[in-house]
Amino acid sequence: MIRIERRLEQPRWLTVVVPVVSIAFAFLLATLVLLATHHPPLHTFARLFQAAFIDNGALTETLVSATPLAFTGLCAAVAFRMNLFNIGGEGQLYAGAITGAAVALLVGGAPSPVVIVAMILAGAAGGALLAAIPGVLRAFFSTSEIITSLMLNYVVALIIDYLIFGSHSYLRDSSGFQASVFPQGKTLPDSATWPSWTIHGLVIPLGALVAVAVAAAVWFLYARTRFGFEVQVIGDSARAGRYAGMRTRRKIVAVMCLSGAIAGLGGASQDGDFRHQLDPRGLIQANYGYAGIVVAALARYNPFAVLLVAFLLGGLQNAGYTLQGADFPNGLVGVLQGLLLFCVLGGELFIRYRVRIERRHATATEPA
Amino acid sequence: MNDALLVVVIAQGIAYGTPLLYGALGELLAERSGVLNLGVEGMMLVGAVMGFWAVQRFHATTSVALLAAVGVAALAGAAIAAIHAFLVITLRANQIVSGLAITIFAGIAGLSSYLGNDLDLATSPARHQFQEVFPSSWQDLPVVGPIIFGQSILVYASWVCVVLVGLYLSRTRLGLNVRAVGDSPAAADAMGLNVSAYRYAHTLVGGAFAGVAGATFSLSITPQWIAGLTAGAGWIAIALVVFSFWRPTLCLVGAYLFGAFSYLPFALQARDYSWAPPPELSQSLPYLMTIVALVLVSSRAARLRFGAPAALGRPYVREER
Repeated sequence: MIRIERRLEQPRWLTVVVPVVSIAFAFLLATLVLLATHHPPLHTFARLFQAAFIDNGALTETLVSATPLAFTGLCAAVAFRMNLFNIGGEGQLYAGAITGAAVALLVGGAPSPVVIVAMILAGAAGGALLAAIPGVLRAFFSTSEIITSLMLNYVVALIIDYLIFGSHSYLRDSSGFQASVFPQGKTLPDSATWPSWTIHGLVIPLGALVAVAVAAAVWFLYARTRFGFEVQVIGDSARAGRYAGMRTRRKIVAVMCLSGAIAGLGGASQDGDFRHQLDPRGLIQANYGYAGIVVAALARYNPFAVLLVAFLLGGLQNAGYTLQGADFPNGLVGVLQGLLLFCVLGGELFIRYRVRIERRHATATEPA
Repeated sequence: MNDALLVVVIAQGIAYGTPLLYGALGELLAERSGVLNLGVEGMMLVGAVMGFWAVQRFHATTSVALLAAVGVAALAGAAIAAIHAFLVITLRANQIVSGLAITIFAGIAGLSSYLGNDLDLATSPARHQFQEVFPSSWQDLPVVGPIIFGQSILVYASWVCVVLVGLYLSRTRLGLNVRAVGDSPAAADAMGLNVSAYRYAHTLVGGAFAGVAGATFSLSITPQWIAGLTAGAGWIAIALVVFSFWRPTLCLVGAYLFGAFSYLPFALQARDYSWAPPPELSQSLPYLMTIVALVLVSSRAARLRFGAPAALGRPYVREER
């Protein structure tokens, strides 16, 4: 007979051991998936690890994948903390990429720092405006933000397609024969290229530093300010917050906008750090927004843990791109991410609860 | 007359609405038992890829192969749903996060694409696909021909499912028990019902429906395997359950409405009307209309608390009630 009972206190060692065991269990399950589809598991894991962290230039590429994941991870973490399930990080990142690229083209003549600051502000504004839609609908019409924010992902994906493939918009490159056959975004001016720093061959993009700064700011906001405290109270119990005189509706909209702004920053960083044009296909195929939810959940919505998890999952994603081919089918990375998430989610039970296996003493209780 | 835009859009709206209907019926069953499963999109995609695989591999007559494919798709959907059920019912995980995890695990960048690539399915058209069942003279009847008689067996089967699910929930002992489990698990438990068993069963059946919905895409609508071919239909199905107030017949109406929205861009593109909006705009219609419909019902539903299972999304722990 198995009984599950709530722990009165949670021993500290459990909060370390359980996640580690959960992750090990996820890899065990991944081994089964690989075996079932006739791939050598140990060899595959070794190659994954090598391509992510060991090979020449691997760490630089891992940072390229980790930077957007840090932004979308923070985007999800900020909202999920308040029990606001913003899963529109994907679309909010596109929105930031659109506004960031538009502003870069508009003020491209200005000195580089001005252009970069303008892009950062525009990207954040683009993401925040998009996230405000599900935020306002949730706050004033009590419409589930889960579905509305997700639906907007598809809408913005279509808008970004329209801007580059379906129209002769300001953002589309219309010079020359090449551009009319293979439509693509206009190349951004040099002043819109974000700086990067090289340390021992590791290239650190400005976006990665911005992400670290945002994580610190989010931590401060939630741990040290009245706003953050109220957000957490409302997240735990909206009714308690209202009775305490907190303006719950404004908080919902504000948190959604903040969450969207962070994803939008990630979009601007895509323009300035990596792509140097509005690149619909690349952004849509990368799935940064959905992976950001995995990052946030694995990090248990802690902003600094988000950075760490983003780095690790960024490595996984980078290895996925590098190794993609016949013996390394695309989709494996998503499978691994999903398994990790299942195991960590399931593992939380063992932190909060104790599982007891009791033998039934049927014979002992019988009268002699 | 049968070429008129309205007739074509209604006829194709029914065809395109059918996967939405299957997905929504499955989600409705799970939600009526108190389990919110946001993994419909992922379960649909796995159903789509496995159903397609079955049709390519089973060497049998068309009808046998298709029947087997639907069975395989249902099993695949149920298998994915079993993960969600285990996590949220036995391990009491957060239903929203677990459902999102299902979609990420199984969805476009996950298991469904992995299987599609690994089984090498993306290169070939379906060996068998669902065809219209009625003779062509019936299909040529004005208006009712294409709308009623021009559909595949999956459409007629979905009508049977709507009736069965409706009768099950309102007229059978088991169905009433399910509603008790979804509305008040503590009372249901006191009645002697096994809350976990009911929730497991309905989550799994819901997954099977989602799997069939996926197979409808890969064997009838598209009919081919393309990574991510459902394009958000699973999410629209979840929204449909909300704006049908958890009632199967309203699901049918909503599914066909949104099926028509999904088909409209193709109709406009094929006819090349001068007044037609850019295709991207008409393609975004189903997503935008989902938001609009959700806002309309949620402001009403918030006032009336109309239909939603009271314990939806909450784990049931006997010791903690």
